[in-house]
Amino acid sequence: MNIIKGFMTTFKHVLEEPVTLQYPEQVKDFEKRYKGRHHLRRYDNGLEKCIGCSLCAAACPADAIWVEAAENSDEERYSPGERYAKTYEINMLRCIFCGYCEDACPTQAIQLGHEHQLSFTDRRDAIYIKDMLIDAPADGQEATPRQVEAGVYTQSIPNMEDPS
Amino acid sequence: MGISSKLGNLGVVTTTLEQAVNWGRTGAMWPLLFGLACCAIEMMAAQASDYDMSRFGMELNRATPRQSDLLIVAGRVTRKMAPVVRQLYDQMSDPKWVVSMGDCASCGGVYNNYAIVQGVDEIIPVDVYVAGCPPRPEQLIHGILTLHEKIRGEHISDWAV
Repeated sequence: MNIIKGFMTTFKHVLEEPVTLQYPEQVKDFEKRYKGRHHLRRYDNGLEKCIGCSLCAAACPADAIWVEAAENSDEERYSPGERYAKTYEINMLRCIFCGYCEDACPTQAIQLGHEHQLSFTDRRDAIYIKDMLIDAPADGQEATPRQVEAGVYTQSIPNMEDPS
Repeated sequence: MGISSKLGNLGVVTTTLEQAVNWGRTGAMWPLLFGLACCAIEMMAAQASDYDMSRFGMELNRATPRQSDLLIVAGRVTRKMAPVVRQLYDQMSDPKWVVSMGDCASCGGVYNNYAIVQGVDEIIPVDVYVAGCPPRPEQLIHGILTLHEKIRGEHISDWAV
């Protein structure tokens, strides 16, 4: 009797749909808050949000971020305000995807996206430079650096919205 | 002194042999049952039915290095564990590959201190590094597919010497 009972369970599962996700062809939707690869964002006008303040590098518990800032000028403007990130590198093998950089950023320049396919055959490939991290400018928009009118982009951090 | 220099140019033969051997190597690569830390949990998840690594010929983890082809270093390697990892690698028979899974195994990750080996490639050669802390099963499978890609590109002159 027990053997029939036992095989009943087996046969019940034979008829079930397989649960396996066919991974490379089929990718599960991640949660909205999932933290994957980083992106450096741009403003709607195409200027870079990153102002090179290195607060992300200071907040990073794994020391995965390296930022070098340089001065903006109205002839060569990358971001609003005085400075921009000349070098921005993230070592993906150091990064633990905790999102502290996202929290620390005063301009919401760095955001963690959903790309998760990060495997490398060489350790040096794991260092993502600024060109790999930054979003492409929107269609028809001029890339940075660009020449702008003097005295327009003087504020590096946008005005805060009232959270209440 | 490769096989090609001994036998002359056997283009078609060697290329076909190469492809057959690489197909065999990618199709039945058994990993070593070897978990060091939290990455091992994700490695187990990758082998369970949701992700099921046996779709890629990794039917089961062998509990002995003599029968395994792939060493997945899943977790941080402490200085005390380093000789053990090296010995396990040495005991595996050729051809053998190493996947360094997660940040800690790849370069020390968040543990930048005296107790942890700053990257398992200090002690054994690593073929594929998988980023993530810990990597999701998807990321591990992507790493293994990267390794398969690498193996498919190997030439007879690399291993038949």
